[in-house]
Amino acid sequence: MTTTAPANATPTAAPRRAIKPGRVVMYALLILAALFFLVPVYLLFATALKSPDAINLATTWHWPAALNWASFSEAWNKIGGNVLNSLFLAVTATILSALLGSLNGYALSKWKFRGANTLFALMLFGMFIPYQAVLIPLFQFIKSLGLYGSIWGLILAHVVYGIPITTLIFRNFYADVPDALIEAATIDGAGFWQIYGRVIFPISIPGFVVVIIWQFTQVWNEFLFAATLTNTTSQPVTYALSQLAGGQAVSWNLPMAGAILAALPTLLVYILLGRYFVRGLLAGSVKG
Amino acid sequence: MKGLSKDRLWSIAVLTPSIILIAVFVYGFIARSVYVSMTDWGNDPAQALALDPIIRWVGLANYQELFTGFLQGRFRQELISTIFFTLFFILGCLGLGLGLALILDRNPKGEGLWRTIFLFPMSLSFIVTGTIWRWMLQPGGGVNQAPTLLGGEASTFGWLSSTDALWKFDWNKLPLLTASVVGLVLAVMAVRAARSGDRTRTLVAAACAALLFLWALFIGPNVKMLPAPELHGFNLALIGIIIAAVWQMSGYTMALYLAGLRGIPEELREAARVDGANDIGMYQHVIFPLLAPITLSAMIVLGHISLKIFDLVYAMAGPDNINTSVPALNMYLTSFRQNQFALGAAIGTILLILVAFVIVPYLSSQFRTEEGHA
Repeated sequence: MTTTAPANATPTAAPRRAIKPGRVVMYALLILAALFFLVPVYLLFATALKSPDAINLATTWHWPAALNWASFSEAWNKIGGNVLNSLFLAVTATILSALLGSLNGYALSKWKFRGANTLFALMLFGMFIPYQAVLIPLFQFIKSLGLYGSIWGLILAHVVYGIPITTLIFRNFYADVPDALIEAATIDGAGFWQIYGRVIFPISIPGFVVVIIWQFTQVWNEFLFAATLTNTTSQPVTYALSQLAGGQAVSWNLPMAGAILAALPTLLVYILLGRYFVRGLLAGSVKG
Repeated sequence: MKGLSKDRLWSIAVLTPSIILIAVFVYGFIARSVYVSMTDWGNDPAQALALDPIIRWVGLANYQELFTGFLQGRFRQELISTIFFTLFFILGCLGLGLGLALILDRNPKGEGLWRTIFLFPMSLSFIVTGTIWRWMLQPGGGVNQAPTLLGGEASTFGWLSSTDALWKFDWNKLPLLTASVVGLVLAVMAVRAARSGDRTRTLVAAACAALLFLWALFIGPNVKMLPAPELHGFNLALIGIIIAAVWQMSGYTMALYLAGLRGIPEELREAARVDGANDIGMYQHVIFPLLAPITLSAMIVLGHISLKIFDLVYAMAGPDNINTSVPALNMYLTSFRQNQFALGAAIGTILLILVAFVIVPYLSSQFRTEEGHA
């Protein structure tokens, strides 16, 4: 997306260059839209940096007179352990999903067999189901494995329900790898695993980046499994934050600081690697 | 030849674990959920958490309870809420996303920065979004205080606590309403098919429409699902949640539309201009028709997200606000707080059916065209 931008710079408005009001309206609309997206962020920081007694509905919009950085350490005391849970959960689940997805995508796109597409469509359905429709058996199953309350139960759920999307992204990614490359390697006597190891895997880095970013964001942000399959020692940050914000007694600087802590990892990933994030986003609409 | 078949065996061997996992975790668990939804597991609290509970088959009784039971008015309101939510959420995301994409397509300065601003909420979790917007929409704070910044009077709208509703109708009228709407759609389809000269389609659509209308005329008005009228409508408390959801997701439609706009070759626009089309004409006749498939994809993806939305509502309005609740939230509470597993499974199954209506035609059409190309 970004690479094509310079190619068609100054196209549409070229014949009507003389008319400036159009550009003015355009920038006015952009600023208005940006305000809609950024005002909640202002309020988030303004509230997080206030001390509890400075939080007052009437002065909601005022920037704090004295910055109270202690909100963050206090919030960390409450949900820091959950942030670490989330980190372990998201990293482990993401690595496992990415490896599985890469192998699946390779098998489905380069070693097509009859019915491969139907199989893939049946797999993809798993990506769209409301997890409420499998939640009770999932809960029983995890419990019967003895994994209830353990972070590994949650990892298992995320890896399994991540199979469709990771397979999809890798399948579409490998579809662009010319089949001639595979044929040449076959003629050289390479088999399934040699081709994967020497031809496919080395060129998979962009695919892995997209899948890792996507899956990391999804797992980090997930709530339903977190709320059902964990107990106090293994709760990820989303659940802890919902508890922090749901309680009536806490003053609002804490949930706001907590929200910043919970948002930071995925937000950083997005800001640093936005291009790949968008690719994963578009791949999610099946064909991309 | 021998090596080839060995490689194919490897590819199947690689896929097998995933296939088994999906078969069990998706299809097996769905089947199990549907089975549980047809039992009485958990209807007797004493049996709910027993190690070896006595579970009896009750057929569709749980579904009947949800749609017509005296105690399940909450679920019926949620069903209506989720329809309204989906409608306004999709409209909001499509409108805002398309608008932003059209502006960015005109190459304003700092385009990358604007795009980053419009898309960043996508990287947040619904819980974070919900926490922020819950604070924004506090009665007497945040958004309601905003007018005072400009010297105005603070608003008193109860964003998340409002109990008012618009467009109320009696639940007993729902079958009648549904039949009329579906009948109308079928009638329109019949007329369109007749115009394009597709005879079988015209006949089938017209016959179905006629049947539905006859039913609506003669039987529909006498159907009584509940003994007393029960009013449901669009709860105003949902507005705030819809705004927050649009805030989070409209960047997604923007990215989709922008990718679509960038994919339209410059020659096509050039050609339209040579043919004398002005800007409006070009958008109307060249660009919007090319964006139509994107709109469909976006509607389907947003639609299924909206039908299963749960965390945003939980974080914004809490689990116990019946005016903002949705079926996905009710399912969680019914199953894991009240331990009424059978009833919860029934709600989950209804959600699945709703989502399948949206997803199955989409997936099958995507793969039919793909097999056609292969």
